Amino acid sequence: MLEVRDLSVSYGAIRAVRGISFSLGKGELVSLLGANGAGKSSTIKCIAGALKASGGTITLEGKDITTSSPEQVVRTGLATVPETRDVFPDLTVAENLMLGAYLHRRDVAGNRDNLERMHALFPRLSERSNQAAGTLSGGEQQMLVIARALMSRPSVLLLDEPSLGLAPAIVERIFEMIETLKKSGLTILLVEQNVNQALAVADRAYVMRLGSIVASGTADEIRSTSDLSAHYLGS
Amino acid sequence: MAFTIQFIIDVLSLGGAYALMALGLVIIYGILRLVNFAYGELIMVAGYTMYLSSGSGLPWIVMAALAVAMAVVFGIFTDYAAFRPVRAKSVTAVLITSFAFSNLLQNAALLFISPRPRNVPLPPIFSQTVEIAGAITPVRNLITIAASIVLLAAVAYLMRKTTLGIAMRAAATNFTMARMLGVPANLIISSAFALSGFLAGVVGILWIGRIGTVVPGVGLEPLLVAFIATVIGGMRSLPGAVVGGFLLALIDTTLNYTLPQDLLKFRDAFTFTLVILILLWRPAGLIKGPASGQRT
Repeated sequence: MLEVRDLSVSYGAIRAVRGISFSLGKGELVSLLGANGAGKSSTIKCIAGALKASGGTITLEGKDITTSSPEQVVRTGLATVPETRDVFPDLTVAENLMLGAYLHRRDVAGNRDNLERMHALFPRLSERSNQAAGTLSGGEQQMLVIARALMSRPSVLLLDEPSLGLAPAIVERIFEMIETLKKSGLTILLVEQNVNQALAVADRAYVMRLGSIVASGTADEIRSTSDLSAHYLGS
Repeated sequence: MAFTIQFIIDVLSLGGAYALMALGLVIIYGILRLVNFAYGELIMVAGYTMYLSSGSGLPWIVMAALAVAMAVVFGIFTDYAAFRPVRAKSVTAVLITSFAFSNLLQNAALLFISPRPRNVPLPPIFSQTVEIAGAITPVRNLITIAASIVLLAAVAYLMRKTTLGIAMRAAATNFTMARMLGVPANLIISSAFALSGFLAGVVGILWIGRIGTVVPGVGLEPLLVAFIATVIGGMRSLPGAVVGGFLLALIDTTLNYTLPQDLLKFRDAFTFTLVILILLWRPAGLIKGPASGQRT
């Protein structure tokens, strides 16, 4: 489904991602773990087209998207939820969701069905439909960004730290929702610092450290064999 | 009573024109974080299109539509000539290219047309006056008020109710995120320039309608006015631009009415002093735009 080969990302002289390779099979939930500064978000941004790769290739369903612009990437069926939780704050919740369906703007009926599905998945969003997105709580904003990404009807969803800065109860809800999405057949790349919860939902995981992948395997393998705390604490 | 009505009409007609000018500038600024210094020249283009088509025998309204269309074309052309090639590079580069483009257009007008004022065809209604409850006012002021109400409503509708408008507002807060939802960057930017050109075209006709002639430097004052109005109102906010336009008109008109004759030629000094005071009070403008401020 999604295939990343020897991907490198540099900010000037600083190499944030140093030739990593990984892949996602159809319907898989793969987690990308690692501490701050490991290069996870750079990887996500690069796949999404918001950041230029300095080397390597990214293919989505056999199509090379390495040099694609963000708008081209989403058109090939990959939606991104960035870690910065980018709601459009002065647009209403409904307008945010409507923009999520930008690619399908002519399919009014389909969008209406999809919107109903989102409202079922996130009841809070339907209550706050006409409220400016900037007035939502952090958890609600996260739900809005995920729902907005889903409105683009993706086959692959990139989730960058969906639990960042949220209260434990909300994190619980977000992970439940990720599981629901997985069950619906969506392919998901989940970037997390919240290792235990990420491994609980993931099929497989990759561990990044200082721009390289230092461990990979099934969730159970990662949990039992690799010394995660070493990668996180840098010892 | 007559005095009050006169005053209100003056403020609204001047403010309407100012608001439209400011809106045209802030639409570009909101999305690109760049001031289009060639904006005034779009007004010039509209004026010269009127002048050049004056001998054609076309009905006036067709000439006016042609002038607005040319302003739109030159608006989009500004993007291709001055912005797009250097947009990703640096703010300074775009600042200079937009100045250069402005200069180029002005000098082209100097060279190929004339440095001297050229008459612009105007329908007789532009020079007529009417009496409303004792107040005598030029009909063109009422036309300006009507045009600005219609256009402000149309822009508000576009920005609130259409997908393109909502996408433009989204792009103004977070361009990259909008692109990640599939909104094409170039479509948004070209639309912004087209809309900006459209507003400049209409304002151009109304503005030049006051003087009746067009000169190569005709766009300077509208650019300055638009810039000040957006600074007062808040550089990032569309409603702010409108509020700023009307407020600036209120200040100008009040000073016109109240300053003694020999101080009137210093009106701008008074206006700018007030603008400075407003900015000391609200440095970010009256209406704050969306929070995020990344350049794209």
